[in-house]
Amino acid sequence: MATDNLEALAYKKEVKRNWLLSTPALIVLVCAASGPLLIMVLFSFLTPGDYGGVKWKWSTEAWFQVAFYKDIFDDTVTIADAHLSILWRSVRLSFLTTLTAFLLGFPTAYFIATRPPETRNIWLFLVTIPFWTNLLIRTFAILEIIRNHGVINSFLLAVGAIDQPLDMLFTDIAILLGMTYVYIPLMILPIYASMERFDFRLVEAAYDLYASRWRVLRKIILPLVKPGVIAGSILVFIPSLGAYVTPRVLGGGKNLMLGNLIELQFGQGRNWPLGAALSLTLLAIVMIALIFYVRSAQKDGGGHGH
Amino acid sequence: MVIRRGAFVIKRMPGFTLVALACFFALYMPLAPLVVYSFNEGNNIALWEGLSLRWYREAWDNELVQSAAIRSLVVATVASVIATVLATMVALGTTRTRPYRGQTTIYALVNQPLIVPEIVTAVALLILFAMIKQATDYHGYAYLISAHTAFCIPFAYLPIRARLEGMDRVLETAAADLYATPWQAFKRVTLPLLLPGIFAGAMLAFVISLDDVVITEFVKSAGQDTLPTYMLGQLRRTITPEINAISTVLLTVSVIMVTLIFFLSRKKAK
Repeated sequence: MATDNLEALAYKKEVKRNWLLSTPALIVLVCAASGPLLIMVLFSFLTPGDYGGVKWKWSTEAWFQVAFYKDIFDDTVTIADAHLSILWRSVRLSFLTTLTAFLLGFPTAYFIATRPPETRNIWLFLVTIPFWTNLLIRTFAILEIIRNHGVINSFLLAVGAIDQPLDMLFTDIAILLGMTYVYIPLMILPIYASMERFDFRLVEAAYDLYASRWRVLRKIILPLVKPGVIAGSILVFIPSLGAYVTPRVLGGGKNLMLGNLIELQFGQGRNWPLGAALSLTLLAIVMIALIFYVRSAQKDGGGHGH
Repeated sequence: MVIRRGAFVIKRMPGFTLVALACFFALYMPLAPLVVYSFNEGNNIALWEGLSLRWYREAWDNELVQSAAIRSLVVATVASVIATVLATMVALGTTRTRPYRGQTTIYALVNQPLIVPEIVTAVALLILFAMIKQATDYHGYAYLISAHTAFCIPFAYLPIRARLEGMDRVLETAAADLYATPWQAFKRVTLPLLLPGIFAGAMLAFVISLDDVVITEFVKSAGQDTLPTYMLGQLRRTITPEINAISTVLLTVSVIMVTLIFFLSRKKAK
């Protein structure tokens, strides 16, 4: 009984200590990360001010404007084409970025995982470096090589493949290229992580049973590294969807994505509540993607029994 | 390992090596012109006119670049130091402990900046700080530093926590058995063992803060450009190799930091 009490007392002390240690960080995080999100929820229900900012008057107009457009003269309601097409472009480009990153990243992760252990770390390091270097600089590098007088056009002109420089800059293709370039390490690293522990005896067994390479890839390797593929896809999809710098630099202000549309509301648009509502819409899509990820991760964890 | 011609290699997948090598090439190729043209004598980022350090000098002499560089360094240093101290404390409060109520909430709050898209955090901060600016008329650096500290915490937290989880309680117990006070045990045993993790965390936080564009762009007051936001602003004008020179310097700093982190974490593995 006495030891039980002592034990309970020690536990209480430990919990108290843990909270004391965590509190300072939590204060900063609540003030400068989580708290502002709640304030944004409030702002999405206010009326826009005339010169930016808000009037403290309740309104659901902003949420309405996310998807609908009301004519200022005759009050007819139509679907907000401009917003929905930007939303659609964001989702489409993020999806294509994820797909491209997978098609290139999977073989790369496989390549790294099949290197001898001594050189593996070096290859891995080569993927990690771009991941930690400035996103703006890497986007800028893409800008320089796809410009009309950039490396790619100069090369194609020199070998005679084209007569005139290709207009690649300020297109959706440019954004797709830029985002794939910037985010591909986020695809390679988790796939590699799940492949690293892969037991190649399974592959050997499959070949012994006369499986073709394609079948081995599809039926043995892919299912077993699926958690890594899903994690990588989520890690690429989420920042792509919220991308701001890459479409701003490579889309040239014409081909907007959701991030740029949000910024517009706080600049020229002067509609902060709409900006807040659009941000929360983006956040909601991200959360749906994450829930999907957690669900499938749980399912996989249970399915294989380890 | 000698592979005979025509032998069946289990691990081989046709075309994979080619794609992988192309991928590595594509990861680094675009950076080459960026670096090369920073040494261009001429005004152009596409026309080579000879080797020179002209643009490094111009960037160095440009007062806007100077002040932006100093601002970047100050913000990154202050934010990463505070973030590392706070992250170390949370890591101590959330690892090697019996589970307790609220632990998941702490994890969620710490990792939240990694999940929420930067643009969302950026406009949320813009809204909050606009209200505070209006109410207090304070336009100083506290906004930038608190915002940077918040998003640096999870980056500092990850390596520190990883290191802490790999540490055995035995040594601290031994210290306690030898009548060390908890503080002495922490200072003489836990902290020295934890140090590589703390360094790695601090450097990650520093690199992340130094490279941040989006949040800084929305939070900064007038005249508070950091190097990345200065560069983003320059993109609207005619681009000169000055941008390439600044990029090359920033790139070098990042690569050095990441290499250091790489070796720090390798030591841990042995």
